[in-house]
Amino acid sequence: MSEVHLELTNVGIEFPTPRGPFRALRDINLKIDQGEFVSLIGHSGCGKSTVLNIVAGLYEATEGGVLLDGREVNSPGPERAVVFQNHSLLPWLSAYENVELAVDQVFKKSKTAAEKKEWIEYNLKLVHMDHAMHKRPDEISGGMKQRVGIARALAMQPEVMLMDEPFGALDALTRAHLQDSLMEIQKALNNTVIMITHDVDEAVLLSDRIVMMTNGPNATIGEILKIDLPHPRDRLALADDPTYNHYRSEVMRFLYEKQRKVEH
Amino acid sequence: MNPLKWPTIEPFYKLVIGENRKGQLNAIVKMVGLPLTGIFVFLLIWQGAASHIHTSLGQFPGPQQTYEQFVSLVDEAKASSLKEQAFYERQYVRNEKKLAANSEAEVKVRDYTGPPTFFDQIGRSLVTVISGFLLASLIAVPIGIVIGLSSNAYAAFNPIIQIFKPVSPLAWLPLVTMVVSAVYVTDDPMFDKAFLNSMFTVLLCCLWPTIINTAAGVATVTQDLKNVSQVLSLNWWTHIRKIVLPCSIPMMFTGLRISFGIAWMVLIAAEMLAQNPGLGKFVWDEFQNGSSDSLGRIMVAVVVIGIVGFILDRGMLMIQQAVSWDKSATLR
Ligand SMILES: Nc1ncnc2c1ncn2[C@@H]1O[C@H](COP(=O)(O)OP(=O)(O)OP(=O)(O)O)[C@@H](O)[C@H]1O
Ligand SMILES: [Mg+2]
Repeated sequence: MSEVHLELTNVGIEFPTPRGPFRALRDINLKIDQGEFVSLIGHSGCGKSTVLNIVAGLYEATEGGVLLDGREVNSPGPERAVVFQNHSLLPWLSAYENVELAVDQVFKKSKTAAEKKEWIEYNLKLVHMDHAMHKRPDEISGGMKQRVGIARALAMQPEVMLMDEPFGALDALTRAHLQDSLMEIQKALNNTVIMITHDVDEAVLLSDRIVMMTNGPNATIGEILKIDLPHPRDRLALADDPTYNHYRSEVMRFLYEKQRKVEH
Repeated sequence: MNPLKWPTIEPFYKLVIGENRKGQLNAIVKMVGLPLTGIFVFLLIWQGAASHIHTSLGQFPGPQQTYEQFVSLVDEAKASSLKEQAFYERQYVRNEKKLAANSEAEVKVRDYTGPPTFFDQIGRSLVTVISGFLLASLIAVPIGIVIGLSSNAYAAFNPIIQIFKPVSPLAWLPLVTMVVSAVYVTDDPMFDKAFLNSMFTVLLCCLWPTIINTAAGVATVTQDLKNVSQVLSLNWWTHIRKIVLPCSIPMMFTGLRISFGIAWMVLIAAEMLAQNPGLGKFVWDEFQNGSSDSLGRIMVAVVVIGIVGFILDRGMLMIQQAVSWDKSATLR
C-alpha cells in the first residue's frame, strides 16, 4: 500500500467576525495517498472551499494542521496548485501568458526558454486550448477560461491539485467533455487531486473516495465513501451499472436524508 | 486598427459608400454641427457682452479684436525669426571675411538675444509644466503603490494627503522661492531660479491626485488575484509588476490626467508670480504694459491656454488608451 501523501489532522478553523468568532470547521481528519482522487461534497456554505484554502495555505487553521509528505503546510506554494472556483485568470494576459506566468515561476532555472514554450503549449493542448491560446480571458467562453485555469495548474507540475468546483459554471456537454479529459490526464500523470463538487454524478464518476461533509456552521466530515470502480471509467457504460448506481444513491441519501439542507 | 472605423471618420465613410445615409447624416450633424453651433452662439454672446464693457484700456476685446491680435502676434513672431536669421547671416559673412584675410583669426558666433515671441512663451510654458508633472509622477506613483498595498500605510498617510491636496499654489510659491534660493546656490546655474520656482510649485500641486488615485487603483486588486499570486509564490517585485501595476493602470491614469490638468492651471499663476518666461508672464507683462492692444493679447493667451490644456488632456487620454489593457472601459 502506498504512503500517506497528504494528511489533515484535527483541523478546525474559526473566523473572526464583527459579531464574534464564527466556527466554520472542526475535527477534520483525512489521509490521502499519492495519486488518489478525492472529492469533497456537501451543501453550499458548509466549508468545502475553506478546507481547500487551508490545504492551499491561503487560510491558517485555528487548530490542527496539514502535512504534505511529512512537512507542515503553513504558506501557499506552487506544489499545491489551485484551480479556483471562478478561474481567476489575469484579465490583461492571454491564455498563453497566464500559463507562462506560472511556468516562469516554477521552472525559473530548470527549463530553457524553448523548453518553457514547448511545455506551455503542451499543457494548453492537453485541455484543447491550443487553438485560442493567444486570446485574452474576455475573448473566450467560460468553459475555455476554466480550461486555461486547469492548464495553468497542470503546468506547475504540482504534487497536489486543489480544484474548487472546476466545472461548476459550465453547461452539461462541456462539463462531460472536461471531466473525461481530467480523468485521462489525472491517470496519465498520477496527480493527487482534491476536487470540490456539488454534482453527485461527477463525484462518483471521477473519485477514488468521496468525502461528504455535514452542514455548517461547525461542519466536519460526515462519511467517507470509497468508490471501487475500475479505470478507465466510461460514463455511458456506468449509467446502467448497479454498483455505480449504488454509490450514487449512497451519496444522495447522505445529502438529502441525513444532511437535509434546512433553509432559513 | 482600421482608420475607417474611427468614430470621427466612420460616418463620413459610410455616407460616401451609401450605407444608411440618413443615420450617417444625423451622426455627422451631432458630431460636427452641434459643436459648431455651440461655438457660434458663444461667439455671439461674447461679442454682445464685450461691446458693453468699457475699461480704462478701452473696450473689452470681442472675437474680432482677439483675432486681430492673434494675427499681429503671428506677424511679430515671423518678423523676429527673420531678424534672427539676418543676425546670424551678418555674423557669418563677417567671420568669413575675417578668415579670408587671416586664416588664423579667431571667430566667434554669438547667440541671438531678442525678446521671446508669444510662441516661444508657449514652448517655455510647456517645458516647465511637463518637467514639473513628470517629476511629480515619478514621486507620486511609487508612493501611491506603497500606500495602496497596505491599509495601514493608507491610514497613516491619508490625513496628510487630504490636508495638502486643497492647498493653493500661491501659498506654496513664497516657500518654494525661499527654499530654492537657499538651497540652489551655484556660480553657473544650469536652471533659471524662476523656472525652478514655477516647476516645484507645479510639482507640489500635482502630487496628490496621482497618489490618491494610484492607491485606489492598487486597492482594486481582488482577493482572487492576490490568491493566485500567493499560490505561485511570486516575489514582491514580480507581484507588483505582473499583478498590481496592470490592475491599477486605469485608476492611475485617471489620477495622472487630473494632475496634469491641475499642473497646467497652476503653472499660469506660478509663472505670473515667479516671473518665469511663459504664458503666465506674457499675461502679466501685457497687463503691466497697459496699451490699447493689451486686453486683446491677454484674450488671445486665454484662448491659447484653453486649447493647449485641451490638447494636453487628449494626449494623456491617448496614452491611457494605449497602455490600458481594458479597451472596453469607457474613457472620457
Ligand atoms: N474569510 C472568511 N471570514 C468569515 N467567514 C468566512 C470566511 N470564509 C468563509 N467563511 C464562512 O465559512 C463558511 C464556509 O464557507 P465556504 O466558502 O468554505 O463554503 P463552501 O462549502 O465552499 O460553499 P459553496 O459551495 O457555496 O462554495 C460560510 O459560512 C462562510 O460564510
Ligand atoms: Mg466554495
